[in-house]
Amino acid sequence: MKAPRAKSIPPKVWVGVALLALALTLLPFVAAFAGQAWVRILNFAMLYIMLALGLNIVVGFAGLLDLGYIAFYAVGAYVYALLASPHLGIHLPFWVILPLSAGIACAFGVLLGAPTLKLRGDYLAIVTLGFGEIIRIFLNNLNAPINITNGPQGVNLIDPFRIGSFSFARPEVVLGVAFSGPQKYYYLLLLITIGVIVVNLRLQNSRLGRAWEAIREDEIAAKAMGINTRNVKLLAFAMGASFGGIAGAVFSATQQFVSPESFGLFESIIVLAMVVLGGMGNISGVILGAILLTLLPEVLRYTMEPLQNALFGRVILDAETIRLLVFGVALVAIMLFRPAGIWPSAVRKRELEVKGGAA
Amino acid sequence: MDTFLQQIINGLTLGSVYALVALGYTMVYGIIGLINFAHGEVVMIGAMVSLSVVTALLGAGSGVPAALIILAGLIVAVLVCMTLAYGMEKIAYRPLRKAPRLAPLITAIGMSIILQNLALMIWGRNYLTFPTLIEPTTHNVLGATMTDLQMLIVALAAALMAGLVFVVQRTRLGMAMRATAQNPQVAGLMGIDINVVISAAFVIGAALAAVAGLMVMTYYGIAHYYMGFLLGLKAFTAAVLGGIGNLAGAMLGGILLGIIEALGAGYIGDVSNICGFPMLSDTLQEKCAANDDQLSLFGSNYQDVFAFFVLILVLIFRPSGLLGERVADRA
Repeated sequence: MKAPRAKSIPPKVWVGVALLALALTLLPFVAAFAGQAWVRILNFAMLYIMLALGLNIVVGFAGLLDLGYIAFYAVGAYVYALLASPHLGIHLPFWVILPLSAGIACAFGVLLGAPTLKLRGDYLAIVTLGFGEIIRIFLNNLNAPINITNGPQGVNLIDPFRIGSFSFARPEVVLGVAFSGPQKYYYLLLLITIGVIVVNLRLQNSRLGRAWEAIREDEIAAKAMGINTRNVKLLAFAMGASFGGIAGAVFSATQQFVSPESFGLFESIIVLAMVVLGGMGNISGVILGAILLTLLPEVLRYTMEPLQNALFGRVILDAETIRLLVFGVALVAIMLFRPAGIWPSAVRKRELEVKGGAA
Repeated sequence: MDTFLQQIINGLTLGSVYALVALGYTMVYGIIGLINFAHGEVVMIGAMVSLSVVTALLGAGSGVPAALIILAGLIVAVLVCMTLAYGMEKIAYRPLRKAPRLAPLITAIGMSIILQNLALMIWGRNYLTFPTLIEPTTHNVLGATMTDLQMLIVALAAALMAGLVFVVQRTRLGMAMRATAQNPQVAGLMGIDINVVISAAFVIGAALAAVAGLMVMTYYGIAHYYMGFLLGLKAFTAAVLGGIGNLAGAMLGGILLGIIEALGAGYIGDVSNICGFPMLSDTLQEKCAANDDQLSLFGSNYQDVFAFFVLILVLIFRPSGLLGERVADRA
C-alpha cells in the first residue's frame, strides 16, 4: 500500500520548512557561544545520523542484525585517509574519493553479505561482529612488513575538504561573517546529511523499501510473493555499507586524522543503540536517536562535575566514568519504558498493539 | 613437535576457560533466546572480587595457607556474581521478555557498560597484578611443559562441566530447564515456574563465569576492568561455534577455539613468512637479510583474528554450529 501523498503542499508546511532551514543555518553560531567544541559535537551528531540511517536500512528496514557496521565506516575513512594524505603521497580531491569510498565499502558489504546472508538472526549478528573485529585488527597491524595503514598510530595530516583554494579547515571571513573551521564543515555535513536523509526517505516507500519490510516481517511469505530475498537482502547490506563508507570519508576529511581506535566494537554498538533506541525502521526516530546519543554523553561531560560540586562540595567521580555510567543506565531505562524505541515506526507500533509484542 | 604439543596444552587451558564462560551464554540463549551481552562483564567482576578478597586476606594474616585464601576468594566471587546475575535478570531482562527482540539486547549492552564503569570506579583504570600463590612447578609432558596451574584449570573446568551436565540431565531443576528451553508456555502449563528456571540459568552461568574469571586472572597474573569484553566475545564465539543452546557444543566450541587460537598464534609467523618467495623487491630482500630470513606478513598479533575467521567459516559451511540441531529461525 502506498502512503497517501498530498498533491499540493499547504503553506503551513512551507513556513515550517523555512523556519527549520533558518534554525539549522543559525545553529552553528548559537553553538559557538558555548564554545567551538559544541560545533564539533554538532558535526559528530550529523556523522552519526548518516551512520545510523545506513544501519537502519540493514536493521530497521530489512531486519538483519548487524553488529559490525562500524567496519564499513572504517573502510570509508581509511580509503579517504590513504588517498588524500602524505602517508602514501596521494592527494585525490574529495569528490573523487567520496564515491570511491562508498563503492569500496559497498564492495566489502557484498563480500561479507554474499556468503552470510543465508544465516538468520543471531548468527548473522555474530558473523558481522567478527567481521568488524577483523577489519579493526587488520587496520591495527597492517604496518609491517609493508606499511599500509600506519598501524595504531593512524594516518594524520589528511587533506581537508577544499574547493579550489577555499579550505574548510581554516577559519575565514566570508561577506563580513567570521566562520571557524568546524562551522564551515557544519554546512558541508548538513548538505550531505540532508542528501542521505532524502535518499532514505525515498527508499523507504520504494518498491525496494517495501520488499525489505516484507522480508523483515516474514521472509517465507515474502519469497512466496516473488521477492528475490537473497538479492534484496544483499542490496540492503550493500546500501547500508555504502552509507557507512560515505560517513567514513566525511569523518576522515573533517578530523584530518584516523586511527583504528575510532572503529572498535563499542562504536558499532553505539550506532545500533541509536537505531534501536530511536525506533527501528522510522527515519525520524533514528535521527532523534542519533542526536540524543551524541549529545547525551557530551552534556553529561559538562554537567556532571559542577553538579557534584554543588551537591557534595567536591568531585567524587571523574566525569568520563560517570558519563558512561549514566549512559548505560539511560540505555537500560529507555528500553524498559519504551521497548519499541522512543519514536517507533507506525508499522511496528501497529504490530505491537495487535500481537501483544511478538515483533 | 614440541611447539605443537606446547600450543595444544596452552590452547586446552585457555579453551577450558572459554568453555566455562560459553556455557553461561548458551544456557541463557537456549532458554530465552537472549544474547546476554553482559556475561563477559560478570567474568570480569568475578576476577576483580576474588582479587580483592585474596589481597585483603594476604594483608591480614600470614598463617593462612594459599589454597584456603584462593578458595575464600573463589567463594566470595561466586556469591557476588550469582547475586549480580540474579539482580540483572530481574531488573534488565525480565520486564522485556515480551518486548521486540532487540530491546533486551540493548539493555544487555547497557548493563555491560554499567558494570564496566562500576568496576572502573571501584578498582581503577590500571592493570592489577595477581599475587603468585601457587608456585609454578612445571611438569614434562612428552617434551612439552605443563604447569600445575594449567593442570588445575583444566581439571577444575572438566569437573564443573561434568557437574553441570549432571544437574541438567539428572535433576528436577535440569528437567525443568530442558522443558522450558523446548517450549516455555507448555512448560508453564506443566506447573514449572519459568521465572525460577530462567533465574537459575543466569545464576548457574554466573557461578561458572566467576570461576572462569579467577582462572584467567591467575593464569595471566593480571586483571583489568576491560578484560571481560574480549573474553566474553570469544566465549560467545565459542558457543556459536559449537552450536548455541547446546551444552556439549559450548564445551567443544570453547576448547576448539582455545586450541585454534594457540596453534594459529604459534604458527602464523612461519606460515606467512615471505622470505622464501622467489620474486621479492630489493627492499624486501634487504629486510629479510637483516631479519634472519624472518619477515612475516602476519604475526601473532593477529591471534584474535583466528577466532572470528574460523567462526565465519564454520557458520558458512555449517550454519547451526558443530553440534547444533537447527538454525534458530527468529530474527
